Amino acid sequence: MAATFEIVRREDFSDVTYLLEIFHPRMARVAKPGQFVIVMAHDRGERIPLTLADFDPERGTVTLVVQAVGKTTREMQASCSLGTRLHALVGPMGNPSQIGGARKVVCVGGGLGVAPVYPQARAYKQSAAYVIGVIGFRSKELMFWEDKFRAVCDEFIVCTDDGSEGIKGLVTAGIEQALTEHADIDEVVAIGPPIMMKFCAATTRPHGIRTVVSLNPVMVDGTGMCGGCRVKIGNRVRFACVDGPDFDAHEVDFDDLMARLRRFQASETTALERWTGSCRLPAGA
Amino acid sequence: MQEQDPKVRATNFGEVACGYTLEDALREADRCLMCPDEPCIRGCPVEIDIPAFIMKITEKSLRGAYETITDTNLLPAICGRVCPQESQCEGACTVGETLEPVAIGRLERFVGDLAIAEGWASVPYVEPSGLRVAVVGSGPAGAACAADLAKAGCDVTVYEAFHEPGGVLKYGIPDFRLPNDVIDAEIDKLRALGVKFECNTLVGRLFTVEELLTELDYQAVFIGTGAGAPSFMGIPGESLAGAMSANELLTRCNLMHARDFPDYDTPLQAGKRVAVIGAGNTAMDAMRVCLRLGAASVSCVYRRTRNEAPARAEELHHAEDEGIDFHWLTSPVEILGDADNNVRGIRCQRMELGEPDESGRRRPVPVPDSEFEIDVDMVVYAIGTSANPILGQTSSLELNKRGYIVTDDSLATSIAGVWAGGDIVTGAATVIEAMGAGRKAAREIKAYLGLRDTDVVYLTEPAGGAGKRFGIDLREHNFARVTA
Repeated sequence: MAATFEIVRREDFSDVTYLLEIFHPRMARVAKPGQFVIVMAHDRGERIPLTLADFDPERGTVTLVVQAVGKTTREMQASCSLGTRLHALVGPMGNPSQIGGARKVVCVGGGLGVAPVYPQARAYKQSAAYVIGVIGFRSKELMFWEDKFRAVCDEFIVCTDDGSEGIKGLVTAGIEQALTEHADIDEVVAIGPPIMMKFCAATTRPHGIRTVVSLNPVMVDGTGMCGGCRVKIGNRVRFACVDGPDFDAHEVDFDDLMARLRRFQASETTALERWTGSCRLPAGA
Repeated sequence: MQEQDPKVRATNFGEVACGYTLEDALREADRCLMCPDEPCIRGCPVEIDIPAFIMKITEKSLRGAYETITDTNLLPAICGRVCPQESQCEGACTVGETLEPVAIGRLERFVGDLAIAEGWASVPYVEPSGLRVAVVGSGPAGAACAADLAKAGCDVTVYEAFHEPGGVLKYGIPDFRLPNDVIDAEIDKLRALGVKFECNTLVGRLFTVEELLTELDYQAVFIGTGAGAPSFMGIPGESLAGAMSANELLTRCNLMHARDFPDYDTPLQAGKRVAVIGAGNTAMDAMRVCLRLGAASVSCVYRRTRNEAPARAEELHHAEDEGIDFHWLTSPVEILGDADNNVRGIRCQRMELGEPDESGRRRPVPVPDSEFEIDVDMVVYAIGTSANPILGQTSSLELNKRGYIVTDDSLATSIAGVWAGGDIVTGAATVIEAMGAGRKAAREIKAYLGLRDTDVVYLTEPAGGAGKRFGIDLREHNFARVTA
């Protein structure tokens, strides 16, 4: 039997996107769509939030899909394999998504966002809602989970920026198509980079359709005690880790979120340069 | 006591107060008058037998002194460093009426540090009772409660959300006041007592408080989750890069070692000119951390005067020595940013003291037309905290209007079998008060579980009869468990 926080499966979708399935039986049993975890790869690591992409009570595992962007996610890409144990894995954090009620829902995943929106789409399907899935990637090569996602949808729309698959365009084009074909959509759930969520909100706002997004600010503890993840929702300040991570997209100040996401850019560059520099050192240097 | 020179220590994270030598300790212990009325014990929130341990020091029975202290307080190396002794034991000391009070805190620290260095553990053999207790939160309240219950033979597990135990001791108090390895050593002593620590566990989400009593089969629960939820002011500019809560600054620096970035991965981007809003212990810690991270200037912005500042006297004095500028009777109005969304300054207004508010301190009132700017690139909020919301969100615990857990005089919550203490009940207070609450709750839990301390003789029943708990007469120690 696997030890706690042990990686029991790894899958690489592309050069940048990889999946880690991690042994944590208790979390696998209680995790709900929309929740996230905080991970530390090793004892000098930083704490980063990652949304749960899947959870399997029978296998006793939770699944994360990670994009190698900065030092931590690239280091994990290089070092996390079968049997590797994470230094810290805590969750499930955040409020579970509110599933149910909506009879017809559009679940939109932009790039990496496809992973965390998948369990929501599945839960809506299980609640007998009519699910229209919209997934978007820059190109066909970066796609993942197309079949898995399609299997929980009644309708499925693929968008690629370069037109190599499905509609040539952003996920907003997919949303527009769904809105044109269905007059009775109750809710749109959109997860992806903040700029994508911002444009999804703008697309649905004129139609007055309830739109929920999952926000991804920088976090440290994830338990509401540092305020680093504070976001502006309407005229209030909320902490994404305990008040979210889901929020009403039409109230979110995305520009503020994006500005705050950049605030460690100088350190991120330093860390990445040091990491890539050390990767290139010949052995024994 | 020897202290690091302010100019030197403002550049390093080594402890400021260097600690006593044996000669220092013997000399100081000799000053104690052993007065019969023992005001010092009454001044201590956990009632350590102070004259007794000081007597042992004078007899050079240092292990005996440690045993005496740990009869009541299992974490002397911590309390000796962080208690506000000036308003507790030392404030009541008879010698202090005419001279400097006996340095009780420093003596406690001396004994605690010696115990760590020598590897002493106060671990009596205790017959296991088979009763299981869960403690939520590994900060001072939880640690103190766990220690007492373990000594009574209970099988105690402490759950902690972070990846390391210690709570606010670890993330909140910097190394130059309370080194992390002192905390780890004290926690190891609790492990020697049989206490189990499970980190990376977020109670409320991984399992609920109610599930602790049902599915997870604990007979009682103590909640010591703290008051960690930082307050902001709601003034413009709070979301600028460089504006953060003291909790965030301290957690990055203390727990996540951001001062050693990039050897440790958590960044901080310390400011060169910092303003900290507030004048409590957290504010002092934040300011002195920023100084050590290389700030050229650090200012304190506080809306009342030095007399009203809530910080521990020694910390305020150390901060002043280290060259921090204090802007008393000043309150921020707006944080100013540059084109890249970074903090470039803070606009403040002058205040004057008016009528007293609910806390008894005079309420600050703005002085008209007194606005001015301070040139800063980092603003840190240390104006207080509120209750952490997670347990309130995920359980049926009764909370008060401000989100803190409601308890009765015995620290019992609205859920049968669940007690709570420390900041999550009272709001932000001190380490020693949290420990006192943890110990009080442990006494109540022992009574509930029908456990007696074998070496304590119960002299009388409380006046008015023993009373009832959950409808069952307390004198009947074999009462049925109440399920949640």
